[in-house]
Amino acid sequence: MALLKSSKIISTVGVYPPLGAFSIRASSWWSEVQMGPPDPILGVSEAYKRDTNPKKINLGVGAYRDDQGKPFVLSCVRKAEAQIAAKKLDKEYLAIGGLGDFNKACAKLALGDDNEVIKSGRNITVQTISGTGSLRIGANFLSRFHTEAREVYLPTPSWGNHTPIFRDAGMQLKAYTYYDPKTCGFDFQGALNDISKIPAKSVIMLHACAHNPTGVDPRPEQWKEIAELVKKRNLLVFFDMAYQGFASGDIDRDAWAVRYFIEQGHNILLSQSFAKNMGLYGERVGGFTVVCKDAEEAKRVESQLKILIRPIYSNPPMNGARIAATILNTPDLYKEWLGEVHGMANRIITMRELLVANLKKEGSTKNWQHVIDQIGMFCFTGLKPEQVERLTKEFSVYMTKDGRISMAGVTSGNVGYLAQGIHSVTK
Amino acid sequence: IMSLFGEVPQATPVAVFKVTNDFKEDPNPKKVNLGVGAYRTDEGQPWVLPVVKKVEKIIVADDSLNHEYLPILGLPEFRSSASKIALGEDSPAIQENRVGAVQCLGGTGALKIGAEFLRRWYNGNNNTRTPVYVSAPTWENHNAVFVNAGFEDVRPYKYWDAEKRGLDLSGFLGDLESAPKHSIFVLHACAHNPTGTDPTHVEWMQVAEVMKRRKLFVFFDSAYQGFASGCLDKDAWAVRYFITQGFEMFCAQSFSKNFGLYNERVGNLTIVARDPDNLKRVLSQMEKIVRVTWSNPPSQGARLVAVTLNNPELFSEWKDNVKTMADRVLSMRASLRAKLEALETPGTWDHITQQIGMFSFTGLNPNQVEYLIKEKSIYLMASGRINMCGLTTKNIDYVAESIHESVVNVQ
Repeated sequence: MALLKSSKIISTVGVYPPLGAFSIRASSWWSEVQMGPPDPILGVSEAYKRDTNPKKINLGVGAYRDDQGKPFVLSCVRKAEAQIAAKKLDKEYLAIGGLGDFNKACAKLALGDDNEVIKSGRNITVQTISGTGSLRIGANFLSRFHTEAREVYLPTPSWGNHTPIFRDAGMQLKAYTYYDPKTCGFDFQGALNDISKIPAKSVIMLHACAHNPTGVDPRPEQWKEIAELVKKRNLLVFFDMAYQGFASGDIDRDAWAVRYFIEQGHNILLSQSFAKNMGLYGERVGGFTVVCKDAEEAKRVESQLKILIRPIYSNPPMNGARIAATILNTPDLYKEWLGEVHGMANRIITMRELLVANLKKEGSTKNWQHVIDQIGMFCFTGLKPEQVERLTKEFSVYMTKDGRISMAGVTSGNVGYLAQGIHSVTK
Repeated sequence: IMSLFGEVPQATPVAVFKVTNDFKEDPNPKKVNLGVGAYRTDEGQPWVLPVVKKVEKIIVADDSLNHEYLPILGLPEFRSSASKIALGEDSPAIQENRVGAVQCLGGTGALKIGAEFLRRWYNGNNNTRTPVYVSAPTWENHNAVFVNAGFEDVRPYKYWDAEKRGLDLSGFLGDLESAPKHSIFVLHACAHNPTGTDPTHVEWMQVAEVMKRRKLFVFFDSAYQGFASGCLDKDAWAVRYFITQGFEMFCAQSFSKNFGLYNERVGNLTIVARDPDNLKRVLSQMEKIVRVTWSNPPSQGARLVAVTLNNPELFSEWKDNVKTMADRVLSMRASLRAKLEALETPGTWDHITQQIGMFSFTGLNPNQVEYLIKEKSIYLMASGRINMCGLTTKNIDYVAESIHESVVNVQ
């Protein structure tokens, strides 16, 4: 109270009273905060950076690299950016659900242009913060509205971030057999067995294509059986499609499973990412779709998605969505994009073939067919943790302990050395 | 098949967006939008800051840039320069290496990440019962951010005195005194939304004294730095004062308004800790939260801001742009008040010029608000909040006359 009557009123900016009679508290609010464990994948990149070996290779990163090992900005992206810049658009807030032109094009890309779902307006597609943001919104939606079952079944293994996302949203995580370490392939029977036991109405997560981390995808006839079993078990399907176009090089082929399931009557949840297939990683471009019973339900679901989004980030970022929408909605840019995606996928496929050829040249007698059979950015080599450790220590090849390598980090310049290293630790 | 979502109810739309929606659909050529909080020029148009246009060209021309992932916590040069804006170039806390930051999606994102951290790690682990206090009234999304982060007890603290149309200081201090220890208080750093009423320096000092004594947590929301007075440092006085008082705190910064980067979602959660070790552990846990929310933040907007803040010429140009916006708002305030007084509109109108920032709490009641919307196509919030940026030299007479009518004719 004396302060109010004092003539010593602080009036000048930048002049503060000295620290008063209260001594600085020695304790902190955060004394009990534990050090968070380091991210396993980032840790790989950190270690790679510190390594001084000129022959070092980083096979941890899940981002595409060209044959010089450099990040690749798609030409259609640069063109789209130039077009956008010329339009001199404003920077007003997007709607909570994002850019309309993007949302429509995003749904069409996944479902196909004349999909009955889109025509009848029974899907709601919102723009999200790339794939992670999409999964998170989906997880939050399930947590709030899918009260009859709290369990989400992930394939074993799955992307490392799936589990914490769903858990943080309040769902419980369970697993179904997926990868067969004996064959480095798909354990179809194992998957069917496990799926046949999943309680009704549980959520089942399926990787639409280019399974992360194994690169192992079901064949179409296997997808058909899975779809039928899932329908019989009355499970809620959540597709994660982060690599459309990137897997086979063909966007329709990569979306086949998603479209088939919808055709078979599954009203799915779908997460899409444009990080890889458009190289828009840092712009955070993604979509979340709920296929509903009808347009009326889609409207209700949309209103609830907005309620979920608003207290997280209010509305999504414009830049990447505008680039993606421009590409998807401009015929010659779209065509160019298809070509570039095809090119990226092709380079990966070529590296797979080269790696196996080089392993044979080195004299390896092991079966490396799975390297060619697996699809997408990642390859589950089958290397054991001790072998991975040796590969890193002796050859400066950086990868995750589970034996996963990012094929995107392989180039015609380093594939020979890589084969040498792998052969050396596996012979 | 029965739908799993058959029971999902239709949610009511977010009010502020509905106002803009209704405005858009109104065919009246005289319509005025005084709803959503975005800056408008005197032509009633959005304004991309000249410095932003310049920096965009720089970025486009730079072939070395790509679209790779940012680190989880964001662009380092953005985070550090953004924190400097809030805390001051020569902040001792920064020099002591106890200031960190998380790049977030707008001010909302910064509040969200801060709220999620506090719910997990503050006042015991996962203590969802820690009371969170938000001002009465406050930005309508504050409540939802903290509730959705898991806090069970979000309460109002007295702030706006409707009768005297000013700060209810004794009510505010009273709530600070009676709040359970360790309660979290969300404070508006400047240009309070929606009332435009800020504590004076002396009043802030009183608030700080109680908060320190009662061990209350300081969470600043700084969405309008530069916009309030036109001067960045003046607008950051409260934040910087609290630091001199030794508080550990969070400050959610938004660059939506002062950079006009609304849709690029540029925000920064500045963290001031006791020492570097505590800071390090806090940041490591922030990473975990970010990873399950959006993995890493969008790069475009952060890059724009970082380039601007780290280049002396561009920084100077930005400050001028900010002053241009703030000055236009100030002139509209002066003009509206003068016109209402000239019309002899019943009541006192000095609060229009005393209030600070983008918004003004006019004091109009819901009936008067409805009159303005329905009869005059002047769109504002039910609370009587108007966005001063929606006023122009061309519409201010119409708005003043309409307010006059509503006050005279509607009870």
